[in-house]
Amino acid sequence: MPAVSKGDGMRGLAVFISDIRNYFEDEWRPRGFVCGPCSWSSSPSTTENRKSKEAEIKRINKELANIRSKFKVALDVCLVWKVLLSTARRNSFDRVQSPLNTQVPLCLAISSICPVFTGSSATKCDKALDGYSKKKYVCKLLFIFLLGHDIDFGHMEAVNLLSSNRYTEKQIGYLFISVLVNSNSELIRLINNAIKNDLASRNPTFMGLALHCIANVGSREMAEAFAGEIPKILVAGDTMDSVKQSAALCLLRLYRTSPDLVPMGDWTSRVVHLLNDQHLLLQTHVHLCQWRRPETLLSQLHASKVSDVWVPRQGVVTAATSLITTLAQKNPEEFKTSVSLAVSRLSRIVTSASTDLQDYTYYFVPAPWLSVKLLRLLQCYPPPEDPAVRGRLTECLETILNKAQEPPKSKKVQHSNAKNAVLFEAISLIIHHDSEPNLLVRACNQLGQFLQHRETNLRYLALESMCTLASSEFSHEAVKTHIETVINALKTERDVSVRQRAVDLLYAMCDRSNAQQIVAEMLSYLETADYSIREEIVLKVAILAEKYAVDYTWYVDTILNLIRIAGDYVSEEVWYRVIQIVINRDDVQGYAAKTVFEALQAPACHENLVKVGGYILGEFGNLIAGDPRSSPLIQFNLLHSKFHLCSVPTRALLLSTYIKFVNLFPEVKATIQDVLRSDSQLKNADVELQQRAVEYLRLSTVASTDILATVLEEMPPFPERESSILAKLKKKKGPSTVTDLEETKRERSIDVNGGPEPVPASTSAASTPSPSADLLGLGAVPPAPTGPPPSSGGGLLVDVFSDSASAVAPLAPGSEDNFARFVCKNNGVLFENQLLQIGLKSEFRQNLAITKPVDPTVDGGAQVQQVVNIECISDFTEAPVLNIQFSPQQEVQNIFKAKHPMDTEITKAKIIGFGSALLEEVDPNPANFVGAGIIHTKTTQIGCLLRLEPNLQAQMYRLTLRTSKDTVSQRLCELLSEQF
Amino acid sequence: MQFMLLFSRQGKLRLQKWYVPLSDKEKKKITRELVQTVLARKPKMCSFLEWRDLKIVYKRYASLYFCCAIEDQDNELITLEIIHRYVELLDKYFGSVCELDIIFNFEKAYFILDEFLLGGEVQETSKKNVLKAIEQADLLQEKTENMYHSKSFIGYKKAY
Repeated sequence: MPAVSKGDGMRGLAVFISDIRNYFEDEWRPRGFVCGPCSWSSSPSTTENRKSKEAEIKRINKELANIRSKFKVALDVCLVWKVLLSTARRNSFDRVQSPLNTQVPLCLAISSICPVFTGSSATKCDKALDGYSKKKYVCKLLFIFLLGHDIDFGHMEAVNLLSSNRYTEKQIGYLFISVLVNSNSELIRLINNAIKNDLASRNPTFMGLALHCIANVGSREMAEAFAGEIPKILVAGDTMDSVKQSAALCLLRLYRTSPDLVPMGDWTSRVVHLLNDQHLLLQTHVHLCQWRRPETLLSQLHASKVSDVWVPRQGVVTAATSLITTLAQKNPEEFKTSVSLAVSRLSRIVTSASTDLQDYTYYFVPAPWLSVKLLRLLQCYPPPEDPAVRGRLTECLETILNKAQEPPKSKKVQHSNAKNAVLFEAISLIIHHDSEPNLLVRACNQLGQFLQHRETNLRYLALESMCTLASSEFSHEAVKTHIETVINALKTERDVSVRQRAVDLLYAMCDRSNAQQIVAEMLSYLETADYSIREEIVLKVAILAEKYAVDYTWYVDTILNLIRIAGDYVSEEVWYRVIQIVINRDDVQGYAAKTVFEALQAPACHENLVKVGGYILGEFGNLIAGDPRSSPLIQFNLLHSKFHLCSVPTRALLLSTYIKFVNLFPEVKATIQDVLRSDSQLKNADVELQQRAVEYLRLSTVASTDILATVLEEMPPFPERESSILAKLKKKKGPSTVTDLEETKRERSIDVNGGPEPVPASTSAASTPSPSADLLGLGAVPPAPTGPPPSSGGGLLVDVFSDSASAVAPLAPGSEDNFARFVCKNNGVLFENQLLQIGLKSEFRQNLAITKPVDPTVDGGAQVQQVVNIECISDFTEAPVLNIQFSPQQEVQNIFKAKHPMDTEITKAKIIGFGSALLEEVDPNPANFVGAGIIHTKTTQIGCLLRLEPNLQAQMYRLTLRTSKDTVSQRLCELLSEQF
Repeated sequence: MQFMLLFSRQGKLRLQKWYVPLSDKEKKKITRELVQTVLARKPKMCSFLEWRDLKIVYKRYASLYFCCAIEDQDNELITLEIIHRYVELLDKYFGSVCELDIIFNFEKAYFILDEFLLGGEVQETSKKNVLKAIEQADLLQEKTENMYHSKSFIGYKKAY
């Protein structure tokens, strides 16, 4: 770009920047950084750094003070003028109150600030600070802000610049607004006004600036003001291409911030047709440029657009494709026609010679950006149904794959990057369609080549892309053939992010056939792995070991190895899980006991191992006690030798192990009692430990062998549930997507199913927050909504039953009355019953809708706040309806006529015969029958509560069932209703 | 694309462009964190990394790091070429660009970026078209500047 001066017009700015830069003399650098990396790397010492930082701040403060005074004088002049004019009209005073609250002689004020006393106040203000100075100072402020300092003034001046007729002032004004104004600024109205004027100006340069500003700020206020206007600009026949493409992306930005404010309509089909590459099909657009500027420049602006047939330049198509892709994700139907257009456009690009597209060819690759975007758009849809379109697309994809095999047209990395960008996007599309085995396998082979490419970037991307390929049934086997390469990458890659991808891929390609190999490789990598990815690897190993364990001894070994190698990174979920599995599978218990016993003999073992060891020996120590090398006393001494090195929760767990030993091995009872009796236990400063010691000691002293055996019985099997480790891994891998959400929901309901199961009184009997109790709960949410906490001694069961059936009425009873209350009041109770109270607290302000999602379950006694912002669009008579659904689920009630004589004893026998326990003295009404039980299935256990209330006078029963699963409640209620 | 940052070898931010609404505090935090992460990486490492739930694509040109944050489905390689095309645009406009050009003419760097990328998406990939737009703006600017300021420009470039 030769003769242009690049508008280096602001001398003051350059001086100021130079001043700042002088504090960092050493940053001056040779020109031309495109040529290649330079080896410069020295940096100023820290003291120099601090000194120069101080100097910089000093200079900046000086400049800020200067600008502030300049702006202030301008402001003062305005104010003085206003005061002056108004007072002059009324009276002539000698003195006038200046805005600064000091007495300034009027004549002095006039003579010193505004020498010429003519014209309106507005022109006076401009005189005080002309547009150029304003621009310069605003620019300086911007520079200071970009250095990282806070700027709290100048916004008004920047907004003033927007309405300037001078392009350069306007441009700086817009830049300042784009960078510095946040969406809730009070100035937004003024800014919007300026934008509105520029959009209406029909001056493409001004329109461009305004659109850039909207796209940069993208606030909701702007969406409200312009979301309706921009589509019109986008599809208008007389809009210039440069404005069109800005309009498309501007709309895209607004749609991202406020999708609700962007109206779909006629314009969508016209936008889709921008993709059309058939020139003849295009409507003829004659350029009707109503905007005329006297400057000669205009002819230049239009020189390129004189043709009568309007073919959108490719930038417009690229921008439109981005817009359509985003919109199509939410409104696939509306943009369905874009598929065939995108395919034919893509086909033309792919088959074009590299010179066809002139400036849109990038390092011999035709239109790489547009190709990537079109391929991305196609990923919003399933494979095209029309066989012709589908065939054409397959051809395109094959061509792209073929081109990857051709020798490169240039040695430049840009050529290979652009080419491969298109290739990877094509592979993404192939994986997305997941329907052409041939293409999938070809894609896999291509990626396989990249796995050994010398470019680190390509190896990284190949590993990443193969991960998704591994989940397709067509290519899973093909991916597996690369296992050795991937394992090698894990060992030799120098970049941790590449190794991370290798771990991901190994995890993805793992199945029963290669699990042992992959787990072994991951374990050996773990020994040297980077700290940042250890926890994730631990989780992955734990999941794979469990998922593909044929032989559970292998599983136990793997987990113990995990703890040995990376104990610190083994989260609680992992060791909870190994215990759950050992307890549920009796074939592995003896082996587990033996292995942990051996592992514990290492001089230094990780605390997590002590936890697992303590738990397992407490349960199954007896299985190895026959061997004199692991006699009860040796087991106890081994565990106790670790006791003092452990944290409080682990010690608490070990105390539970000891009391279990008392039951398992009467011969060590005295030894254990001595330990429990010692001051360090009985008088331990930690309440939890002290309580356990006291209670366990007492239990071991007073209880008979039978009672001990019952209380300290072996743990019952855990309910089968999805591995909590999997949930943890998902959580680690970023925010939940929709599918994740569903899975969380499912996990939650599973946990609820596990909930009602009676917690075994054994190890966790002493206290609530014991680590062993956690094994059951796994920190899950408490079971489904229950009523308010029990007030009388009636017990939880009764309270649960006294809840009335769920009320989901169209309008809750009494709400009409309550509604009237809010006419003159802002806060109060909207609805109330025994279960639920809904309060309303309203604030009326000009505000915009933000809804905070509320957790689907509400705990008993808890309060949940749901914010609903409502905007009143026009006057109304019908009150808005707020539909709230609350269902204490899983409860079913039926009232029916007695079919048999209402005999208490027979009824009791039936309830017992049904399989549930009959609970006496639970219900305050002794005539009612209350029962409880658990239904065991292979997958879950379902807790059931039932109450039968007879009404002798009416010969009726009311039967209530509450179980952890609503379908079960329903079925049981039906079954039992026939029985009484 | 969610944002683009240009920073020097010393970790000085030279240009920042945010395509998602974030508070100033959050922006500063992200910048600090990313500058640290990227500067700590060795030259031969790959240009992509996972960061929070985003993908970071960066490339070093002499003393300057160009760093983009893209979303999960976005294409890393094409982002790398977005960076390169932007550098080319700067280079063509300033004539063998260096860090100082971006410091002294930061507003120009922003204008060029706005012509090339808008709302985080590529707007115009043709070098000719982008530069034409900027050139026209400069002509407009020169005209107005000359109207009432004909002072000589003391160039920062004379310094070396």
